[in-house]
This record gives sequence, structure tokens and C-alpha cells, in this order.
Amino acid sequence: MTDKNKYENTKLSSPFRGTGGFKSRFVPINIENIDTDQIIPARFLKATTKDGFGKNLFRDWRYENDDESKTFAHFPLNMSQFDGEILVAGKNFGCGSSREHAAWSILDAGFRVVVSSFFADIFKNNALNNGVLPVQVSDAFLQRIFLQDNNTELTVDLENQSITINSTGEQEHFEISPYKKTCLLNGYDDIDYLLSIKPDIEKFEKEKNY
Amino acid sequence: MGKTLFEKIWEKHIVKTIDNGPSVLYIDKHFIHEVTSPQAFTGLNNRDIKVLRPKQVVATADHNVPTLNQHLPIKEELSRLQVEALIKNCAEHDIELYGLGHPYQGIVHVIGPELGITQPGMTIVCGDSHTSTHGAFGAIAFGIGTSEVEMVMATQCLLQSKPKLMRINVEGELNKGVVSKDIVLYILSKITASGATGYAVEFAGSTIRSLSMEARMTICNMSIEMGGRCGLIAPDETAFDYLKDKPLSPKGEHWEKSLQYWKTLFSESDVIFDKEYHFNAEEIEPMITYGTNPGMGISISNNIPTTETINENDRSGLTKSLAYMGLEQGHAIKGQKIDYVFIGSCTNSRIEDLRMVASFVKGKKKAAGVEVWIVPGSKQVEAQAIAEGMDKVFEEAGFILRQPGCSACLGMNEDKIPAGKYCISTSNRNFEGRQGAGARTLLASPLTAAAAAITGVVTDVRESLPNPSEGGALAN
Repeated sequence: MTDKNKYENTKLSSPFRGTGGFKSRFVPINIENIDTDQIIPARFLKATTKDGFGKNLFRDWRYENDDESKTFAHFPLNMSQFDGEILVAGKNFGCGSSREHAAWSILDAGFRVVVSSFFADIFKNNALNNGVLPVQVSDAFLQRIFLQDNNTELTVDLENQSITINSTGEQEHFEISPYKKTCLLNGYDDIDYLLSIKPDIEKFEKEKNY
Repeated sequence: MGKTLFEKIWEKHIVKTIDNGPSVLYIDKHFIHEVTSPQAFTGLNNRDIKVLRPKQVVATADHNVPTLNQHLPIKEELSRLQVEALIKNCAEHDIELYGLGHPYQGIVHVIGPELGITQPGMTIVCGDSHTSTHGAFGAIAFGIGTSEVEMVMATQCLLQSKPKLMRINVEGELNKGVVSKDIVLYILSKITASGATGYAVEFAGSTIRSLSMEARMTICNMSIEMGGRCGLIAPDETAFDYLKDKPLSPKGEHWEKSLQYWKTLFSESDVIFDKEYHFNAEEIEPMITYGTNPGMGISISNNIPTTETINENDRSGLTKSLAYMGLEQGHAIKGQKIDYVFIGSCTNSRIEDLRMVASFVKGKKKAAGVEVWIVPGSKQVEAQAIAEGMDKVFEEAGFILRQPGCSACLGMNEDKIPAGKYCISTSNRNFEGRQGAGARTLLASPLTAAAAAITGVVTDVRESLPNPSEGGALAN
């Protein structure tokens, strides 16, 4: 990657760096087409900061009639046997609205990885821009994860681009752009890079022919 | 091999490309609104930098505004604070704001085109997924997250990987009662809510070319509902006629020069797309959704699918959706009782949509027990509707003409559909809770929504339309 030395001002923490990969138990939500209105309903988008969205993650799937005393007992986030920093969900995760609040709520609720067999484009970018790693696996591998018991740990090795079900040793490779991988491993973000090439941008503006 | 429309625009906007990585894409126009911009301004302030090119940014307040009594202070405190933050941020960064009270205020994807800000060949972004709407003019237009809003404000650029390219062709003449919303709901029912994820989608074919700009916007608007990175249509005389003399479109010599360039923006005849679909317009009937994503749509005369008739992988989704919707598999959707009718949103709130509704309901009355909201997309649309006397038509029908905003599309502002109630809606998403917690949304065209408003049940609008020979066919 070019301009590597120009990164500065980086804030994102990097749990994906180091040997052995990122190990955690996982919370399974075996539902397809989870849209960002489910991840964080629009009525919670009125804040002007990025904090505190975690408590409203999947709000209407966690509580009946928006009443925190009435939890849906069978929703995985309400089940004490599930825990961990990896969220595993059905295909086409994060479709719909571009609200970055979806990524903020997932991060604020303590997740650093989301595993699915397919991600919506905007959500994927938003997740990466907040240090949340989307790991896209095959449908078959996703179903294997859903079959594991609640104590199973997954290992996400960003350096080697692999995800492993620790109890069985099953492993799959996942794709990520080399640029984004470097960013996540080092905690860089896009804006630092773009600010570093401002002279190129100004030159482009002077020379553009449309 | 020649270039596609998308590639022609894309290549002109590449500042540089990172080795083995994304490209730096220059952004011509950036629309912002109150919901997805405050954290981006905070980011700029934390870095102690200003918006790089404030003249290329346009702001409006739409998501969080009330649609009644807009002259009064916003009642909900958090909504008010968000709108106030936008006013303050725009003032501090020297950004043009068409806020509440301004004659240009409205839904961001309605005002951009109607002011002539949206133009062919541009790259356009906004912190809103329905930015794909602007692609109807032959622009690369897409929704972005708030971190990206901050990037564009700071550098006028974004890091983007080139998407794959898809073309969707629709050929032939539309049937009576079928309008552009039906076309896009039909395409969605065929290719699903994730069928275009990872692709830029060009819409083409004789049917698309025959549509007005407003009808084209409805189709590009919902390309995100297929997962598309953006949707676009090659600009033609229809687009140029629409743009001529708009308040902010190019004038004089600049217009002629722009026109010359715009006429080069089309996909060459020998291009090959990564994926291509062909649909026949004659097979499209008035459409309606029955489920909880926009791909779950059927012709209005069909029955709701059953688990036996669909792909095994989709069965649990169907069962879950129908449980939420309170609908039965295998049953007719026609005749389903409805409680609310919402005609509005960035999909269908333009003057042609309102004209379509007004000409259908003129002299008719809404069904008892149904509440009907007409929410114009902008102050300009509202003023035009009133100038044409539509306010009287709607009033006589028992409809409520409200003020511009996103309104009941997204369950954020005061306009929400109560839990358990059925709303036939011209908006773009039927997700669980989208129009309010527990609300049940049926997506349809303005014409189908208007028909339901009169009967109180889901109705096949073709049965209420006069025969063309009687001189009453409605335009698309």
C-alpha cells in the first residue's frame, strides 16, 4: 500500500493484531435479511453523538411493546447462555438504510466481529469504518456455526484471513481487501488517508475535464 | 469494447487508486440532512478542520420534521435539537441550508432534482441509502454512512471499490393501471432484496425510456432495495427537458457545453455487463407487497405464496414475515382491510404522483375508518399541488394534505402508524417496525394506494379505471 507512512491521528483500537487471532464465543441470530431498522429502529437515531446506541440494539426483537420489563425470552441477546464479542447472523445482514448507527450499536453492545454468509454493501463499509470486522463465510459454514453449542469459541484470524470453529477445527478462508485489512490491523481510518493526499485532490480539481 | 454509462462517469472521477485497494473517488455534490450529519461535523470539529468545498454541499431538514404546523417549534426535544444542530453546523461551515420555512425545503431526494442540482455525469452522495434516486439523471449516486459523510466534508472524496455492473432491461408497453412503482416492485419480486448487492445497476429498455423523469426516479430510488450500490439511467431528451430552466441547472453557454457532454453518457452497444436481466412490461400487473422486505411482492390479483411453492431456504423467512403481518399464506391479498394510507416519501411524493392520486380520487370519498395522509415531497411540490387545486380534491375526499418531510416512511418523526395497523404505503420499505413499532406495511403505487383509500381494502385499481376508449386512461 502506498502512503502507509502518512497515517496519523488514528483512534481505532485493533483487537485483531497479534498472533493466534481473535477468539471469542458468539451470539447466534439465525435470521436472514436482517435490516438496519431491526438493528436500530429509526426512533433511536435522534442523538447527535455516537455513544450509547448499544442498549437499543435489536430493540424491538428484545422487548415487547418497547417495555424493558417484558423481554422476549427466546431472542438470543436475551438468553444468558449466549455471550461473546462475535455476532453470527443469517445472510444479507445489514440491508436497508445507510444509518451508521447500526454499526455503532453493534460496537457499543460489545461486538467486534459479525459473521454472515452475505452482507449489504453500505453496512459492510460502515462496520469497517468503526473497527467492526464483517466476516463473510459460505452458507454451509454458517450453518455449521449455528449447529454448535453455546460454549463453542470461534477464532477469527485477520492476518491469515481465516475463521475456525475451535471445537471441531473446521476452518474457512474469508476475503477482505488488502487495504481494509491493513487499516483494521493497525487502527488506521480512511479519513486520515484522504487528508494525507489533499494535494492530489486539489490537483485533480484543477485538472478535471467535465 | 466500449464503455458502460457507469464506467464513463466513474473513470472521470478517479483521483488515484491505491495499489491492491480502493480508488479515491471525487464527489461533485454532497447532500446532507439532520440525522446522519451531526456526528460528522463533530468529527471535523475534533480535527479542527472546516468543510473543504462548502459550495458543493447542500443541506435540508426532512427526516425529523413534523408535517403539520411547521411554523411552530418542533415539539419533540431530541428532534428539535437535531434540526438546530444542522442549522448551527451549516452556519459555521458556510453550507447552503434549505431548512424549515425555506421555499426549497423538502425531502433531500426530491429537492436535488427539482432544483437542478442533480445533473448527468455527476458523482453524488448523501448519508441516506435512497441517494440512488439521483441516478435517474445518469449520475453515480449512492448512500453513505456518517464516517463517509465526514470524509466527503473533509476532502470531497471517498475511498471506493468499483462495483460489478448489472443491466436490467424492461421492454414493451405498460398495462392499464401499471406505473413505475409497479415496475420496480416487480423487478424486486423477481431478483429479491439482495439480488443486486455488489452491483451498480443500469436500467434500460424501451419501457424505461418511455418514462418521465419522476417515474425514473421512483425506479432508481428503490435500486437500493435490491441491494444495488447505485441505480442509473442514461440521460436523454426527457432528462434534458426536465433540467432546462431549473433554478440551479447550468445556464446559457454553460448549458450548451453541459448538454454536449451529457449526450455522450450512455453505455456503448458492445459492452458486456457482469449480469443482465430482461423483463417484459406486458407481464407486469399492479404490484403489492405482503411480507417484510421489498422483495416480497406479488401481482395484486395473486395469492400470497405458500411455503410449499417457494425455495426451501426462504420458508422460515416467509413464516416469520406473515406472522408479523398477520396474513395467511395461500390467501388473496385483494380485499385485505387497511387502516392507513400513506402517499409520500422520496419514492412517490412528487407532483406527478400527487396528480395521479388527485385525478383518480376526484369526486370520490375515502372509506370510513381509513386515515389518508398525502405528504408532498417538497415545498415546491406542495405549492404546485395547491396551485392546481388538488388541496380541494383531497379535502373533499377526506384526505389530509400535510407538509413536506419524510413523514411516515420511517417511524422517526411524529408520523407513525400504530402497532398492528395496516398501512398501504407508497414508500420504499416494509421492514418490521419501519413505519412505527408493530406497524404493518403494504408497499404499492400511488394509484393502488389511492384505490385502497376509497374502498378501505386492497383493491385492483384496474377494476376502477375507465377504459381508455372512454377517455380516462391515467398516465404513467
